[in-house]
Amino acid sequence: MSDADIVLVIGLEVHVQLQTASKLFCGCSTKFGQPPNTQTCPVCLGLPGALPVLNKEAFRLGAIAGLALNCKISPIMKWDRKNYFYPDLPKGYQISQFDLPLAYEGYLETLPEGGEPKTIRIIRAHLEEDAGKSMHDEAAGTSDSRIDLNRTGTPLLEIVSEPDLRSSQEARAYLDELKLLMTYLAVSDCNMQEGSLRVDANVNLHIPGPDGVIATPIVEIKNLNSFRAVERAIDYEAARQIDEWEDRGLRLGEAPKRTFGWDDQKERTVEQRQKEESSDYRYFPDPDLVPVTVTTQFVEQLQQGLGELPAALRARLQSQYDLDAYGANVLVNQGSSLVAYFEKLAAVSGNARRASNWVQQDVLRVLNETKTNIEGFPVAASQMGELLRLVENGKLNTSRAKDVFEEMFQAKLSLGDAMKSLGIEEVSQDALVDLCRELLNANPKVVADVSGGKQQAVGALIGQAKKRNPNADPGSVRKILLELIQQMG
Amino acid sequence: MSLLQHSATDLLSLLQSGDVTSQQVVQAYSDRAATVEDQVHAILQPTWESALERAEEIDRRRSAGELLGSLAGLPVAVKDILCTDDFPTTCGSKILETFRPPYNATVIEKLRAADAILVGKTNLDEFAMGSSTENSAFGPTHNPWDLTRVPGGSSGGSAASVSADLAPLAIGTDTGGSIRQPAAFCGVTGLKPTYGRVSRYGLVAFASSLDQAGPFARSAQDTALLLDAISGHDARDSTSANRPPTSAFAEVEQPLESLRVGVIREQLGEGVDDEIRVAVEASLQAFQQMGASLIDVQLPHARYAVATYYIVAPCEASGNLARYDGAHYGLRVESPELGSMYSASRARGLGEEVKRRIMLGTFALSSGYNSRYYLKSLQVRRLIRNDYDQAFENVDLLLGPTTPTTAFRIGEKSDDPLSMYLGDLFTVGTNLAGISGLSIPCGFSAAGLPIGLHLQGPAFSETTLLRAAHMYQSVTDWHARRPPL
Ligand SMILES: [Zn+2]
Repeated sequence: MSDADIVLVIGLEVHVQLQTASKLFCGCSTKFGQPPNTQTCPVCLGLPGALPVLNKEAFRLGAIAGLALNCKISPIMKWDRKNYFYPDLPKGYQISQFDLPLAYEGYLETLPEGGEPKTIRIIRAHLEEDAGKSMHDEAAGTSDSRIDLNRTGTPLLEIVSEPDLRSSQEARAYLDELKLLMTYLAVSDCNMQEGSLRVDANVNLHIPGPDGVIATPIVEIKNLNSFRAVERAIDYEAARQIDEWEDRGLRLGEAPKRTFGWDDQKERTVEQRQKEESSDYRYFPDPDLVPVTVTTQFVEQLQQGLGELPAALRARLQSQYDLDAYGANVLVNQGSSLVAYFEKLAAVSGNARRASNWVQQDVLRVLNETKTNIEGFPVAASQMGELLRLVENGKLNTSRAKDVFEEMFQAKLSLGDAMKSLGIEEVSQDALVDLCRELLNANPKVVADVSGGKQQAVGALIGQAKKRNPNADPGSVRKILLELIQQMG
Repeated sequence: MSLLQHSATDLLSLLQSGDVTSQQVVQAYSDRAATVEDQVHAILQPTWESALERAEEIDRRRSAGELLGSLAGLPVAVKDILCTDDFPTTCGSKILETFRPPYNATVIEKLRAADAILVGKTNLDEFAMGSSTENSAFGPTHNPWDLTRVPGGSSGGSAASVSADLAPLAIGTDTGGSIRQPAAFCGVTGLKPTYGRVSRYGLVAFASSLDQAGPFARSAQDTALLLDAISGHDARDSTSANRPPTSAFAEVEQPLESLRVGVIREQLGEGVDDEIRVAVEASLQAFQQMGASLIDVQLPHARYAVATYYIVAPCEASGNLARYDGAHYGLRVESPELGSMYSASRARGLGEEVKRRIMLGTFALSSGYNSRYYLKSLQVRRLIRNDYDQAFENVDLLLGPTTPTTAFRIGEKSDDPLSMYLGDLFTVGTNLAGISGLSIPCGFSAAGLPIGLHLQGPAFSETTLLRAAHMYQSVTDWHARRPPL
């Protein structure tokens, strides 16, 4: 047996924060970054006697996400209490969904880089309230902890995949696609820095042996603060588990599930202190929230409102605009606003391929360089489309057009003003013919050479023409020169 | 005639006609409290001072011709488990001794909107867990009919307040009988409304699927007056029924024609004091004489009600009371380590009975036992509910004793929680089924202790129960008797 036969098995648990204005069970704001404990009320503080009332928008967003993940939607909305003590959990229990998750049995199509498309099954997606934040006040030089309950009660959707992922690249592709889907649907902004998307990875190995496949104990990796960290942590953990298997040979069931944290600085996973007592959350139905029937009509309405999801959009861009898979993917992965920009550009310019190239090469380059997004892009798709039309009609060559684009972007000018600012104006056909005649009269040797079959000799005159008039289009000049020489011959 | 002898309904007319002022009423009750409260200890937090100010304000508004609420100028005592933003809310527990809620319970807001005057937060078994008010961390309440005896519980302070003339009206809460049993022991009228009839917002939870706030008064008519003021849908309570407030007061004097009364024979047999059986049977006859027909009714699963209740309620309580951990509010015992801070705070802050029920619930919910206890109890609960549904197909209400015994002596059952639990035998079914129940006085034991008659009706049948009770109180005077205090 070699390491190459060992199969890495990965399942991901992803928490996305739903993009609601208020919390899951009270009216407090979910705005990020406010002074500690300023977004609280008796309900999310868990004060005695306060009661939860469901934020229907959170439920709607959760159901949209579930449908987009091809899940079934539970016909009954039910809530359960997950009981445990922690200072950032003021009620001593978290309101979650245990046996009837909002959505279940779905799948997500992913596109691993350089690999084949792969379907990852979704076990379930359920709603729950977030806990608060504990901060250890190191500066004060004491062991005091401070608790910020602004986050407490923020709506989360926990999406649990089957362990269908086989490499860090596949995990990355799954996360990319999931994030894209959630942002397309405006279900979540998926901002990892603000904690709107959190990932835990369950990793173990399947090792082929003479008596069949042996599974090793599962390790859960936490503290994954970026997709890059997810990839590195999985790779690190895979290697570590192979070593551990070779050292100790423990099988699944022979050791308890362990939890490791990812240390981004040291680039390694570190085993976390195990909870002293085994975690028995004593789930039971929350008597403060009566179960409610979810009508098929409601679900159908949401299904119809889903619109075009990324996978369908990729396919349409390829067939409608004749883009290749790579190009369609690049556009779709940038989000629906960029796709809309492209589609407008394609329509105005009349050349979808050119539009696609310009978006991928020039627009995305500029957005990257300036770290901005398409929403704040100063060059309107209609203006950009007019520019590409000039290129399409041969009125402007590509390199000149790039100058114009640059000017439009840098100086935030309209197409006309940018051309004016660069001194570009259209040269009339008559003026070009006059210019060419002049040049031919002054260069009889070139005329003779070309007539004698040396067509490339005309190049010297094109250069001169460009010097005399920078707006002269080299292609047109060449064409006129050759025509005139022919007439002369 | 002393102001204290008037019913709330009469006081309301006297106030409206200008014959008395609210200040005079509040003062009369305050004077009464000054003489008897030392012996009864019904009120944890008296609020006479602010009550007199409120009374003055209401009198002023009345003389200015302002439109006033339905309880304008009437004193009301409230169990200290409903949150008030201007007075501490202790739930009878050390762990909340210093807790001052930043908000009012919906019931409190409704009382304020009705221009009622809060005269005190009344004593209770800690977190409403108990049947004697002995489990209060702040000392027991004494039964006004015999100060050596308990007033019942957990709303013992509210029942004793009405019984001892400390207030004409009071609010209690009933999770397994906590309004009706003390009403029976103290000789007053107490109603447990249908689950969802009165908002639970701001009622500190014991067992969320069973808890219900309700009124105490000296008569069915006064009870109707108070119920109308506190009932109705509340958007802040997802379990609140989407129904308008009751209008029981307007209807309570209308007699019920061809009333069908169900008699639960099992509740008139073994295990029930003879004096209670005799009193209840006499009440049945009284109803018969008023034209009601008596029909025997079976509740086959009623004998499992106590066992079921003592699983469901502790399970919910174990979650509801997890928040009292010393971390955010209330009592904290400092400790260098988080886990020991939790356990030390809870060990010192919570009483024995509360700890017992938290442990019962934690055990019953724990992995491996969940299906044997909690899930099983939900199944039995469904059967108990079905029994009632079937019974109410043939009868309008059920009659029986509220309790198997009269008030017991303070300390008598302190070391025997099981016999204490069995005292809830006739009342817990009402809560498990989520229906309405009423206790009214129907006689006295030879020792001079009140006996309670238990009326149970289908969901949202409060007005029917109160009308039946009013019929009875029109031909009897048990409810009018006062303790020799
Ligand atoms: Zn809140």
